[in-house]
Amino acid sequence: MTAFLEVEDLRVAFPTEDGLVQAVDGVSFTLELGKTLAIVGESGSGKSVTSQAIMGLINRRIAKISGVVRLDGKDLISASSAEVRALRGSKMNMIFQDPLSSLHPFYTIGRQLVEAIRVHQDVSKSVARKQSVEALDRVGIPNAAQRFHEFPHQLSGGMRQRVMIAMALINRPRMLIADEPTTALDVTVQAQILELLRDLQAETHTAIVLITHDLGVVAQTADDVAVMYGGRIVERGSVADIYYHPRMPYTWGLLGSLPRLDQARDERLDPIPGQPPSLIHPPSGCVFRPRCAFRSLVPGDRCVRERPELVAVSPTQAVRCHLDAATRERLSAERTGAAGGYGSEESQ
Amino acid sequence: MSEQEHATSTKARPAGSGAEPLLRVSHLQKHFPITTSGLLRRTIGSVKAVDGISLEVGRSETLGLVGESGCGKSTAGRTMLKLLEPTAGTIEFEGRDITRLNRAQMVPMRRRMQMIFQDPYSSLNPRHTVGSIIGAPYAIQGVNPPGGVKAAVQSLMERVGLNPEHYNRYPNEFSGGQRQRIGIARAIALHPKLIVCDEPVSALDVSIQAQVLNLLEDLQQEFEIAYLFIAHDLSVVRHISDRVAVMYLGHLAEVADADQIYLTPRHPYTLALLSAVPIPDPIKERKRKRILVQGDLPSPSNPPSGCVFRTRCWKAQDICAQQAPQLREMQPGHRVACHFPEEPKPVILSS
Repeated sequence: MTAFLEVEDLRVAFPTEDGLVQAVDGVSFTLELGKTLAIVGESGSGKSVTSQAIMGLINRRIAKISGVVRLDGKDLISASSAEVRALRGSKMNMIFQDPLSSLHPFYTIGRQLVEAIRVHQDVSKSVARKQSVEALDRVGIPNAAQRFHEFPHQLSGGMRQRVMIAMALINRPRMLIADEPTTALDVTVQAQILELLRDLQAETHTAIVLITHDLGVVAQTADDVAVMYGGRIVERGSVADIYYHPRMPYTWGLLGSLPRLDQARDERLDPIPGQPPSLIHPPSGCVFRPRCAFRSLVPGDRCVRERPELVAVSPTQAVRCHLDAATRERLSAERTGAAGGYGSEESQ
Repeated sequence: MSEQEHATSTKARPAGSGAEPLLRVSHLQKHFPITTSGLLRRTIGSVKAVDGISLEVGRSETLGLVGESGCGKSTAGRTMLKLLEPTAGTIEFEGRDITRLNRAQMVPMRRRMQMIFQDPYSSLNPRHTVGSIIGAPYAIQGVNPPGGVKAAVQSLMERVGLNPEHYNRYPNEFSGGQRQRIGIARAIALHPKLIVCDEPVSALDVSIQAQVLNLLEDLQQEFEIAYLFIAHDLSVVRHISDRVAVMYLGHLAEVADADQIYLTPRHPYTLALLSAVPIPDPIKERKRKRILVQGDLPSPSNPPSGCVFRTRCWKAQDICAQQAPQLREMQPGHRVACHFPEEPKPVILSS
């Protein structure tokens, strides 16, 4: 099966007074229909800019964008903004972290839904209204016919995110980008929203790109994972690869930093020392090198001189690291073994 | 990072119920009046942010206070430090009733009780140097540390993992994690016995969050500080707390040792809350049974009668609407406010 979304060597840079900020630095991945790809990373890793570039939401007069974003065979980077606008909302759509600032405060949610339908479909207002109420009902909004006439401020945060999901899916897009969709919500509401997204995906076979910093949410929902750091994908694999056989020092650091609900307190956290890199003056060679505890295991100064490529280590997994295969496997096994590993005993 | 050098956590459990607690709060209430606009400002109701909570914090222990947004946990923390005037109830600190102390009388108490805030951006004055921010407690309290203020501040900076040479820099020159270290240095300057930490790591990325959590643990051992650790992230709270109190709509639902709360929760709300937190382990995670709580949080200005959780509880009966359940001790140290508590059986897969 060919991929529905193909991203190849995507680069996004923003000129600033202090220099060029290379927010996304050569990102490539693919996504099939019905699958969920999680892009994880910390603030400034480039995960949100990647998703905005896919959606064509970055002003091309300001930012420098290069590479290929192919949606169902059509390249969006070389397409005109009118062409991208026609696809946005119909073929691909996006939900954001903060549903209050993504909804217009002066219009009822019903009016906004009807507008979203009528931009892309040639239907009468009454048909659009009927579809909107059905959509609200489908995302679990009680009394949808009444809620239709309410304003965003009259709804709770979880309800607003449901409205956003209804609006994003109302034209049946084939791909949905969810940028931190549950970060602003409480955990009990987060659980409801994630379940809703899963159910809708099973029904509609939508491809989902989930942008998040929460490794618990990823474990729950993703099929594949891309770990981003300093504008690059540093490791990519199936969800099992990343959690049970991570093979890149940054992924080890990320999983080791995580306090866990299923671990008692005696286990001390193992943080990554130092700070994330500057995107204006990124470190030469490997972008993670200044914080990496294992660079001394790489002979010579390869980590300083040479930028590692994202190299496949198995049919599903790829790693951007200079560690030789034997050392990498040994370190990975140490970290995921029975003693204090990230995974569970049942996993292997 | 200096925290790497310290041995792994060998913290003693908090003293048993025989010892006098550092902080004891009884039936604490904080209501905010809702007034009409206009000249007369009639009070037409009140937001019952904290509605009668009783708890204790022992010396050198960490009590985690968890709950979802709007449950009153931050208001509770601030009221316990008398940053907000309590509406009713008593607050005792080191055996002394401080409920009715005025601002001036509270000043000497503040040496022993401090606060760390969530937002490392808005809690530091952008026009003050780091040196004067961390040294402010000395100036306010009229304390002259041995060796002078500058030396004391620089040693604090070193202790929390900041470069002492950055004494004259301004907050905007630091990252979020470093700013949180500045806030921590300020809080420990006078060697307090209690620090209320209000979401101290929730604005930080996970790798930086781990650095700050380790620092807080090291400082607790070194200076014998008790933390009231307010947070919504249940994984962080499990990692740092000796005991945990779960709050819902201004009331305490359950208070117990951390292991009891996480392994055998008794209150339906705690159970639902825990089941909603995703675990970073795909196989375990997809096997878990999730209890979805229906609906939204009721308004704290018009809370449900009886048990405040009953409108979302799957076990609710008639009695729940008529009678507010009291916090009762089910097992030693395990208190639950529920008419129909769960059986003490393990609920999450533990490692």
